[in-house]
Amino acid sequence: MKSERILIKGNEAVAYAAIEAGCKCFFGYPITPQNEIPELLSKLMPENGGEFVQAESEVGAANMLLGAGACGVRAMTSTSGPGIDLMQEAISYMVGSQIPCVIVNMSRGGPGLGSIDASQADYYQATRGGAHGAGRTFVLAPSTCQECYDMVQEAFDIAFRYRTPVLVLGDAITGQIKEPVLCHPPVHVPDDKAGSWCLQGMGDRAPRLLKSVYLDDGALASHNELLEAKYKAMQADPRAECLDTDDAELVVAAFGSIGRIARSAVQLARASGHRVGLFRPQTLFPFPARELERLAAEGKRFLVIEQNAGQMVDDVRLAIRHHADADFFGVMPGIFVDADDLLTPILNCMRDAQ
Amino acid sequence: MLIGNLLAQAGMEQGLHVTFIPVYGAEMRGGTANCTVVVSSEPIGSPIVRRPQATIIMNQPSLDKFQPRLRPDGVQIVNASLVEQASLDPARRTVYIPANDMANSLGSPRMANMIALGAYLKATGCLPPDAVIDALDHVIPGHSRQLIPQNAEALRAGYAFSA
Repeated sequence: MKSERILIKGNEAVAYAAIEAGCKCFFGYPITPQNEIPELLSKLMPENGGEFVQAESEVGAANMLLGAGACGVRAMTSTSGPGIDLMQEAISYMVGSQIPCVIVNMSRGGPGLGSIDASQADYYQATRGGAHGAGRTFVLAPSTCQECYDMVQEAFDIAFRYRTPVLVLGDAITGQIKEPVLCHPPVHVPDDKAGSWCLQGMGDRAPRLLKSVYLDDGALASHNELLEAKYKAMQADPRAECLDTDDAELVVAAFGSIGRIARSAVQLARASGHRVGLFRPQTLFPFPARELERLAAEGKRFLVIEQNAGQMVDDVRLAIRHHADADFFGVMPGIFVDADDLLTPILNCMRDAQ
Repeated sequence: MLIGNLLAQAGMEQGLHVTFIPVYGAEMRGGTANCTVVVSSEPIGSPIVRRPQATIIMNQPSLDKFQPRLRPDGVQIVNASLVEQASLDPARRTVYIPANDMANSLGSPRMANMIALGAYLKATGCLPPDAVIDALDHVIPGHSRQLIPQNAEALRAGYAFSA
């Protein structure tokens, strides 16, 4: 692929990144607002020696993903919230069986069929492990088309490093917006080392079993200890963008598409003389709690802005609980807001403090 | 959608930051559709703009929706072929251009959008018209390539228009 900027949708950036990252299997089922991903991959996958399957449902797609991942193959699916619901059983089994894969959720409004508009109401589902049994997935939250590209490439590395499903959580804005994207080969392709664990057993090779069932006395407890240790290890990898937080009195915390709109609102507030900064988590699990706590220890105040009724605010409050509390401003899913709309709650928050 | 894409593509080729976001959804057939383009020398935070600096209004429902949102110091390019003059707000700077009629007289009825974009480039100075014409190559799909000269001609006609 040429190393020049091309004008593409976030969804298209996801597809190009998957190919460049060596993804060899895509399984999916159509749903707005992510349809450009399977549309483009239905062409790119066969051209690049991979397999594209439009499954009979999201349940089918997620179980095909489990199968490919178990064989140590870089594989991906993409869907939106209602499809993620249907995939939860397979996601739980993949977490339990330590099977790597990449899952993209270009989320939409809910609950239920909701709407195809922007929403961040899948935050809880993404970060709490949406299925039974307390499994966690690594969660990345792009806010630009370039981040869609870079994060999907990285998602495959993370999936194999931790042997875990990695969720990329965008929304209707992230997926549908077009921006210049610099498409590039991966900076570094690590050895997936899948040969040491992937499913085999044919002929005279020693059989292997990838499973999530542990019935022997104490076996499940040990297995969960191992998984918990893995989640703890992930805590070394949180990431966030900080803008003007050093001298800020108020730190606005926002992620994804609302994070970039909040960035404009913060710049407007700065331009009118207010000491406001932006904290934008790029990983939602692991959540960048330590960095937030450090800011809280410096005496800063916090405002969380999300396009839902209040979900990430829980994680912010947990992170800063020894030093501060956080205010919250929610935008209901299904509407578009701009920087002016988010400037008002920021200025209100500054005024309340005086 | 096409001229929005074209403007964003041309802005990118000029080394600027750009975003393009379409809105149609359930309105796709028969209703109105719109897109928002941001062209900036700085990295772009919000791709959503509620109060635009400039608008291109191709039909009456779009005028009703977007005229009240235009910034007081902004400019609107309004398609005189499809929008009633009486509905124009005299307090707004308006370029009232008969885009469909001009396109028909060029022999390309479907180029009304390019005529309006030409008028927009003249009114805003956002990008040089040649930069936009150069970008046609990347935006017009392969099977319609033979239409690029006509699109360029329509764009120039819109740029040259004066009421």
